Amino acid sequence: MREHAEAIRPPRSLWVPFVLGRPLGVPNDAAFQRRVLVAALNLLQRPSGPVLEDYPEDAPAINVEDSQEGMACPISFASDMADATPLNKVKAEISQLQAWHDLAVRQRGRTATGVAGVSFEAAAAFVAAWAAGTPAPAFRKDIPAIDALRLACDELKTFYSESVMAQPGTHTVESIQDWFWGQTAAGKLLFELHARTLLSRDTPEKHFAENNLVPRRIRHIIGNG
Amino acid sequence: MVRLADLPEWERAHMLEKIPNLPQFGIRAWVAEGGPLAQRRVAIVTTAGLHLRGDRPFGQGSASSDYRVLPGGGGSADIVMSQLSTNFDRSGFQQDINVAFPIDRLRELAAEGFIGSVADFHYSFMGAGSPVTRMEAKAREVAGLLKKDRVDAVLLTPV
Repeated sequence: MREHAEAIRPPRSLWVPFVLGRPLGVPNDAAFQRRVLVAALNLLQRPSGPVLEDYPEDAPAINVEDSQEGMACPISFASDMADATPLNKVKAEISQLQAWHDLAVRQRGRTATGVAGVSFEAAAAFVAAWAAGTPAPAFRKDIPAIDALRLACDELKTFYSESVMAQPGTHTVESIQDWFWGQTAAGKLLFELHARTLLSRDTPEKHFAENNLVPRRIRHIIGNG
Repeated sequence: MVRLADLPEWERAHMLEKIPNLPQFGIRAWVAEGGPLAQRRVAIVTTAGLHLRGDRPFGQGSASSDYRVLPGGGGSADIVMSQLSTNFDRSGFQQDINVAFPIDRLRELAAEGFIGSVADFHYSFMGAGSPVTRMEAKAREVAGLLKKDRVDAVLLTPV
């Protein structure tokens, strides 16, 4: 935020007009990233500071019509899944999305999943048990259980995000978020976890519910901000 | 960073609420002319909560003010994120780490001679949580390590 840089007054600061999370502006656009980086490094040649300069170039806008056409589809379940448990619905989604995720990994040569150190299905099972009020023993012992829970949730979010970005169409920051929280069983499961953990009297668990689970934007959309 | 005017009112208010609690540098370190860019050794310090796959993830409490080391010679496939915040975009990082940690761009600028060299080690903090001053001791520790790596320019990339 420009206003934060104005308050802190770091020696040299380049304000950039990009969404939070993308300080270099555009993924997979080396030329764009290079322009931002060069502009930042050139501030080092100013003879005095502090310097706060505005970067003049916006990230290219994504065509809204293209975005609408490319909106990800809800994941359909077989008719015999109608009465399935939330966990089994998430496991079915994972199974259906796995091919897209495999494709994403092949295309990019990397994945941001694998932080939790547990399979996607086991992560979902751990989350479902906690959401049902019957937490299972943590799947790793080197970190507090609440951090394991957050990593399990993030593992699911990352898997779904990477999967849907491999599907046809144009995917925006907002469309990915809206799809996950509005149209998937995993999103619904995390809402159930949110409702459960918000009621907790345990400070770290309540902190997790209030800050590290559902994005503020989504909470405001559903009137739970 | 993003335009305040582009944010919805509730997000704008959240961002502005932080300002009274932000520290000022209060000193003018790193401001003086430090030589031509073509001779500078540059490191990246990010608050994106990055670390090597298999390294300890960031977490609540004291685990939130620690830092992680990102060796300069490592591949991008080894770098993952365990930021606590849910309120920034991660899909860009999932597509291309350079959008938050521009290590490939920095290597290219070094190969071209635009900068002198890329540091052997880069560092990541986990920027969520407050107050930000909780990170001061570890930031000083990292500054000492950067000096030992002969770094004389640091690119900070917040998310």
